[in-house]
Amino acid sequence: MSVVNYNQDMVFPPPPPTKDPNFQHVLLKHREVPNLYNLDVYRQNGGYEGLGKALKEYQPDQVIDLMKQSGLRGRGGAGFPAGMKWSFIPKVAGPKYVCCNADESEPGTFSNHELIENNPHQLIEGILITCYAIGSELGFIYIRGEFARGARVLERAVEEARAAGLIGKNIMGTNFNCEIVVHRGAGAYICGEESALLESLEGKRGFPRLRPPFPAVAGLYARPTVINNSETLSNVPHILRNGIEWYGSFGTEKTKGFRVYCLSGHVERPGNYELPCGTTFRKLIYELGGGIWKNRSLKCLIPGGSSTPILAATDEVLDTPMDFEGIAARGSMQGSAGVIVFDDQTCIVGAVLRLVEFYKEESCGKCTPCREGTNWLVQILHRIEHGEGRPGDLDLLTDVGGNIAGKSFCLLGDSAPVPYNSALKLFREEFEYHIREGRCMVGPGAFRTKELAGAH
Amino acid sequence: MTEQEVYKLSEASRQKIVFLRGRYPSAKSAILPALHVVQEQFGFIPTEPMAEVAEMLDMLAGDVEQVVTFYRMYNQRQVGKFVVKVCDSISCYIRGSDDLIAQGEKKLGLKCGGTTSDGQLTLAKIECLAACGSAPVVQVNDEFIYNVTPEQFDAILEELKTAKENPYFVP
Repeated sequence: MSVVNYNQDMVFPPPPPTKDPNFQHVLLKHREVPNLYNLDVYRQNGGYEGLGKALKEYQPDQVIDLMKQSGLRGRGGAGFPAGMKWSFIPKVAGPKYVCCNADESEPGTFSNHELIENNPHQLIEGILITCYAIGSELGFIYIRGEFARGARVLERAVEEARAAGLIGKNIMGTNFNCEIVVHRGAGAYICGEESALLESLEGKRGFPRLRPPFPAVAGLYARPTVINNSETLSNVPHILRNGIEWYGSFGTEKTKGFRVYCLSGHVERPGNYELPCGTTFRKLIYELGGGIWKNRSLKCLIPGGSSTPILAATDEVLDTPMDFEGIAARGSMQGSAGVIVFDDQTCIVGAVLRLVEFYKEESCGKCTPCREGTNWLVQILHRIEHGEGRPGDLDLLTDVGGNIAGKSFCLLGDSAPVPYNSALKLFREEFEYHIREGRCMVGPGAFRTKELAGAH
Repeated sequence: MTEQEVYKLSEASRQKIVFLRGRYPSAKSAILPALHVVQEQFGFIPTEPMAEVAEMLDMLAGDVEQVVTFYRMYNQRQVGKFVVKVCDSISCYIRGSDDLIAQGEKKLGLKCGGTTSDGQLTLAKIECLAACGSAPVVQVNDEFIYNVTPEQFDAILEELKTAKENPYFVP
C-alpha cells in the first residue's frame, strides 16, 4: 500500500468538486463519461463523427471556411483565429505539416494536461481534421517531456486509432492518408514558443527563429506548417460534428465557444473549469472556486498565465467577462486562461520574485537582453526580498525591464518584466516598504526583524 | 568492467532508437526521444553513447551534446534512483512548496539538488509542472503526485528510501 494510490481510471490532474450547473462539459466530458480515453467509449459518444463528416461531406477548403466562420480563436495565448491561420497555408505541392503544441508550461496553466491524459482521441481527431483541411499527411504532437504519462496515453490512443483505420492509409475508406507522431520534449518552456518548437522538433536546441518567414510559409523542415495549441485542436471535432451555429451559441461576440479556465492559488476549490467564454472572474473565483481560502480576502489576480499583467481586486475587474477583449480593456490579457489568485496575506515582492525567477530559469540564452536582463531582475528583486534593497532599486528594475522587452527575439523577453511592472503600478508602497524596513508589509514576513530578514 | 563497457548502449536501446528514427522525415528529429532512451538505460546521459547516437542519427557528436546541455530533463551526471522534484513556481509557491523543500532537506540531511549517500534519493526543485490546481505538486522521476501535504511528503520520502519500483507510476 502506497502513500497515495492512483489508478488509470482516475481523472488527472484531480478535478474540483464543482461545476457550472448551467453548462454541459464538452471538452471535459471525460469527467462524466468514465474511460473516455478508450476508443470504443469515445466513439459511442460521438467520437470521430466530426472527422467522418469532414472527410465525406466537405472539401478541405470548406473545412477551413467552416473554421473561419466558427470564430474559434487560438487557446495558447494570442487568440489568433484558427481558420485564418489554416488559410495562410499556400497551395503548393510537397509535404505540409501540422504541429500540435502540447508543451504546456506557462505557470498557472494546466488545461492541456487534463485534456491529453483523459481525452486523447479528441485531440487526435482534431489533428486529423486539421491535416485534412490543409493537405497534410503528417501531424506531430509536441508534448512536454514532463508529461510522461500524457505521452503514454497518447501513444496508446494513436495505436488504437491506427488499428481501427483512423490513422494510416485510406482513412475511413477515403483517399485521405495521415500519420501522427507523438514527440516528447525534454524540459524547456521556450519550446512552447512556436518557432522554438519547430527547431526542437528538427533535433536542435529550442532557440526561437526570426520571422518572417512565418511557419505557414516555411515552418518544419522549411515546409508550410500549422501550429495550434492542443486545446484549440480539441475544439475542432466538436465544431465539425455539431456545427458552427451550435458553437457560436456559446461565448461572446468576438470570443466564441467555451474554454477550460485554470484556477489556481489561494482559492478553496482550485482546478480546471470549462465555461462559456466571457464568464466573469467573480463567477469563476467565488461561485465555482468557493472564494478565497481561509476566509481571507482577494489581493490581486493574474488573469491568463504568469506572462499577463496582474490585476487589482476591484469590483470592476471581478465583473470583467473573461474573453480576449474584456480582459484587454482592463489592461491585461486573456492569455492561456490560467487564473492565479492571491490572498491578502501574500507579500507581493516574494510573489514577483518567484514569477521572474521562472523567466530567468527558462530564458533560452539566445538573446543577450533576455539572458542577462532576467538575471539582473532576479538579483535585484532577490536583495529587496531579503531585506537588502537599496534606494533607487525600483527605478533600476524598471530600467532593466525596459531593456529586455521588445529587444529579444520572442515573447519570453517581453513577458519577463510584466509581473514586476504590473505589480509596481498596484503595490508600489509595498515595494518601498520592503526596501525601507527590510521586511514584508503583509503576511508572516511582516513580523521579522531586519536582522532576521536575510535568513528566509 | 571498464568505464567504456559500462556506458555502451544496449541492443534493446539501439533498436528503440532505430524505430524512433523511422518515424521522422529527418533522422535528426529523433534526437530528443533517443536521448530519453539513453537516459532510461543509464539514469543519465554519459559522454560515450552520445557519439553512438550521433552516428545513428546522422549528426555530429557536438550537436548531440548541444541538445543534452540545453534540455533540463537530461541529467548530465548520475542522480538518485528516485528524483523527487518539487514544483516551486508561483502557484505551488503560494501554497507551500518552499516548506516542502525545506522539509525534504531536513529529513534527508542534504541540500536541494543533492543525493543521499546510498544513491537512492535526489531532492530537486522544478519549474511549473502544469498541475497548478493541485498545488503543491511533486514528481517522482516522471510521475505526478498531486495536492501533497507535509504529512504525505514525509511518508513519500520514507517510502522511497526502500522502494524498488516507482510507486506512483500510472500506466
